[in-house]
Amino acid sequence: MRIGYYPGCSLLGSSREFDESARTVLEALDVELVEVPDWNCCGASSAHILNHELSLALPARILALAEQAGLTEVLAPCAACSNRLLSAQQHLEQHRELWAGVQEAIGLPYKGTVKVVNILEVLDRLKEHIAVKTTAPFTKKVASYYGCLLVRPPRIVNFDRPEDPQSMDRLLQAVGAIPVEWPFKTECCGAAFSVTRTDLVARLSGKLVQDAVKRGADAIVVACPMCHSNLDLRRAEINEHLQEEYTIPAMFITQVVGLALGLDPKALGLHRHMVPVEFAETAGALS
Amino acid sequence: MSRIGVFTCHCGENIGATVDCAKVAEMCRAIPGVVHSVDYKYMCSDPGQRMMQEAIREHQLDGVVVAACSPRMHEPTFRRAVSGAGINPYMCEMANLREHCSWVHEKGEATTNKAADLIRVLVEKVKHNEPLHPIKVPVTRTAMVIGGGVGGIQVALDIANGGHKVVLVEKSPSIGGHMSQLSETFPTLDCSQCILTPRMVEAAQHPNITLMTYSEVEKVDGFIGNFKVTVRKKARKLDEKLCTGCGLCIQKCPNKKISDEFNEGLGTRTAIYVPFPQAVPNKPVIDMKNCTFYKTGKCKVCEKMCPTGAIRFEQEDELVTLDIGAIVLATGFKLMKTDAFPEYGYGKHKDIIDGMQFERLASASGPTSGVMKRPSDGKEPKTVVFIACSGSRDRAKGVPYCSKICCMYTAKHAMLYKHKVHSGKAYVFYMDIRAAGKDYDEFVRRAIEEDEVKYIRGRVSRIYEEDGKLIVMGADTLMGGEPVVIKADMVVLATAVQSNDRSEELAQTLHVSYDSYGFFAEAHPKLRPVETNTAGIFLAGACQAPRDIPETVAQASGAAAKVVGLFSNEELTREPIVAVVNRQAAPVYSTCTGCFLCQGACPYQAIEQEEIKARDGQILMTLARINPGLCQGCGTCVATCRTKAIDLQGFSNEQLYAELMTL
Repeated sequence: MRIGYYPGCSLLGSSREFDESARTVLEALDVELVEVPDWNCCGASSAHILNHELSLALPARILALAEQAGLTEVLAPCAACSNRLLSAQQHLEQHRELWAGVQEAIGLPYKGTVKVVNILEVLDRLKEHIAVKTTAPFTKKVASYYGCLLVRPPRIVNFDRPEDPQSMDRLLQAVGAIPVEWPFKTECCGAAFSVTRTDLVARLSGKLVQDAVKRGADAIVVACPMCHSNLDLRRAEINEHLQEEYTIPAMFITQVVGLALGLDPKALGLHRHMVPVEFAETAGALS
Repeated sequence: MSRIGVFTCHCGENIGATVDCAKVAEMCRAIPGVVHSVDYKYMCSDPGQRMMQEAIREHQLDGVVVAACSPRMHEPTFRRAVSGAGINPYMCEMANLREHCSWVHEKGEATTNKAADLIRVLVEKVKHNEPLHPIKVPVTRTAMVIGGGVGGIQVALDIANGGHKVVLVEKSPSIGGHMSQLSETFPTLDCSQCILTPRMVEAAQHPNITLMTYSEVEKVDGFIGNFKVTVRKKARKLDEKLCTGCGLCIQKCPNKKISDEFNEGLGTRTAIYVPFPQAVPNKPVIDMKNCTFYKTGKCKVCEKMCPTGAIRFEQEDELVTLDIGAIVLATGFKLMKTDAFPEYGYGKHKDIIDGMQFERLASASGPTSGVMKRPSDGKEPKTVVFIACSGSRDRAKGVPYCSKICCMYTAKHAMLYKHKVHSGKAYVFYMDIRAAGKDYDEFVRRAIEEDEVKYIRGRVSRIYEEDGKLIVMGADTLMGGEPVVIKADMVVLATAVQSNDRSEELAQTLHVSYDSYGFFAEAHPKLRPVETNTAGIFLAGACQAPRDIPETVAQASGAAAKVVGLFSNEELTREPIVAVVNRQAAPVYSTCTGCFLCQGACPYQAIEQEEIKARDGQILMTLARINPGLCQGCGTCVATCRTKAIDLQGFSNEQLYAELMTL
């Protein structure tokens, strides 16, 4: 399988391990990733609030570049990126009159032919392949956390059940994990407030961490860099807010699948977490 | 040469503001055959009609074109008016200047010219019109009521008391419907069964009413006054004549763990059962899906126990065909289930129940004998949250319409709960309180003020379970959107009212139209609320839209009045707009060649074969003949006929060609 790849800023910075683990796992599953050449910012979290044209032009340029590269599908692992790409694409599909302006702004022809997919969709397609290649089943109890951007707004992303998504749970089951019954799958983690309002993040993400532990989870599994930042990077603030030491790790779905496939934890970026993933360490590869 | 009069109506501003009616009248004077043309502000008014009649007499008109609104609106009015002046009503046609012109175009010359064109077309038609005469058909004065809930029972009783025979068809083993499941009713809090069961018994014992319970309508043929309805009487596996309703079979049935539909899954029943103790008729049925005998071939305990030998394991369904003059649909509704709400746990929490389940918990005849116990552990719930508009008025995930009954029954539920658990806390989350009705708002105020039910205006975004409690996360939008978290023991969802299962299928069987939610469509939303667009079929209750008991009963009596009105004559008069196969003198007889392609095309089975015989009885040819009583005038046969031997009276090929050639 050959598929376009749009890492976006998070995967180069705060969530390098998401990029590393996605590339490593997909390579192991014989997927050829073609990075969109000369890609730019998707405009997430600010463009669509501040400037409507910009919020369309930025994703349109990425999609236009992908078209030029002969790609029919682009994987955007970051939930905010895939959400922005899909939103802009759908808006342009419904407003053909905007095409001329957008094409002029980006200096490229735009056809709207590229399909944007998230990491769960790609892994779901490879589920049988993953099952065959699983050598070290991830036999942990997990809380699958989807956050907001993967499944919302349903009219745009058209992915899974918005109130009670299942796709990650199915995937985790396929690699041996046991998803816990968890009501907070799509509750807010604090999202982009990770930087500006850590007090809010501590409160919101704290609720998630506390409840996941209460329900017996060994790890919280995510598919969004912002979710991960809040649950991992802000753990100190969370623990301070809750006045308790929570050590449950937050892992990317690609890291969990990677461990199950028996891949090197270091190649999956597991050493980069603020909250250590102890069961990866005991596998011996991180030290 | 024809002498045609054209009467152009302003319809107040409706046409007059857009079309230059005076000019149209003048233009029409130039049409060959038109001898009189005038315009007037309201042609449908009494002076307008009188003006027409005088003009007919004065100018000896033999045809009339009224250029006004839609013929659906006023064709009968004007046809009556012209026949008052002595010409055949079918010599009057209407040009629709309102819906087809003034309402859809801007003011201007082109619009005025189009209006004149529309009239010109109709003038040419009238020149080819023939006088027609209404068709008389006999009426079978027996009504069928489909659905034996409170609406159906009321319709049946009213028609029966009006002196006509009624067949009441109910799909479940007993009549009574949803009302028999309710505990108390708003706004009086009188016991539902206490007021309903006497009516059920009255219906069963009425000499004019035939009950057909555990039966479903399978096929409907014919037309108003002359329906042929095939009903499937499902096998009760019991000889109803021998059964005395002693209940011994039910007591002894070893299979006692079947989820009880009447108690909405909160109780259990046996495989041979009556739905509830007051059932009418009080004769059990065997549930074949759950009966041990049908599953394993062994058991037959009920047969051994029955003192009258009434059990019939080999009994088959029976098909009965009945002659029926009018049909009333009263098939009711269903409630959306709690599993439709992912944010409330997809129905996996036992203590999140719907309104009907609460009714069963509160009912003296329910699984807890009316004692408040929550389903999961049977404990008394100390805090109960009621959520109105669960699925209603929710364009994203539910239905966009208001289910109408929930505001009232939620107030009632909260009140009943408080009456049973004095120290308990009741919360209601709502969007708006819609309590329009006699004594309705007072009832809600009573819940709030006297019974101290806490009303919170806001939605609930999520419910999850934690340490045996249901955590209800909502918002109070009257407190600036402040988050509200309530630890509840039980949650009651006022789920949306939906059209009943298989209502669309039934509508198709009866050729009745329905809306996109499966509710049956009335003929006119304001002026013909109990009729359907299919003549002779009427509506009552929640099969048409969400309705409460008082409205259902009122509508039921309305539908009954329509049926009794229909039955007041021995014959019905029908429009003569029917298809006719031409007949000519011997030796041609007809241009019909007897291919009978039309017979297969006719949706109403109105086409018969007629043998043309010589005097010695020898068959000369077989031709198509259309039964004017069955023909609905759709024209499908006309289009199918290869030799153009069929014409639709009032819309003949000749008339239509004449219209087209004018343009």
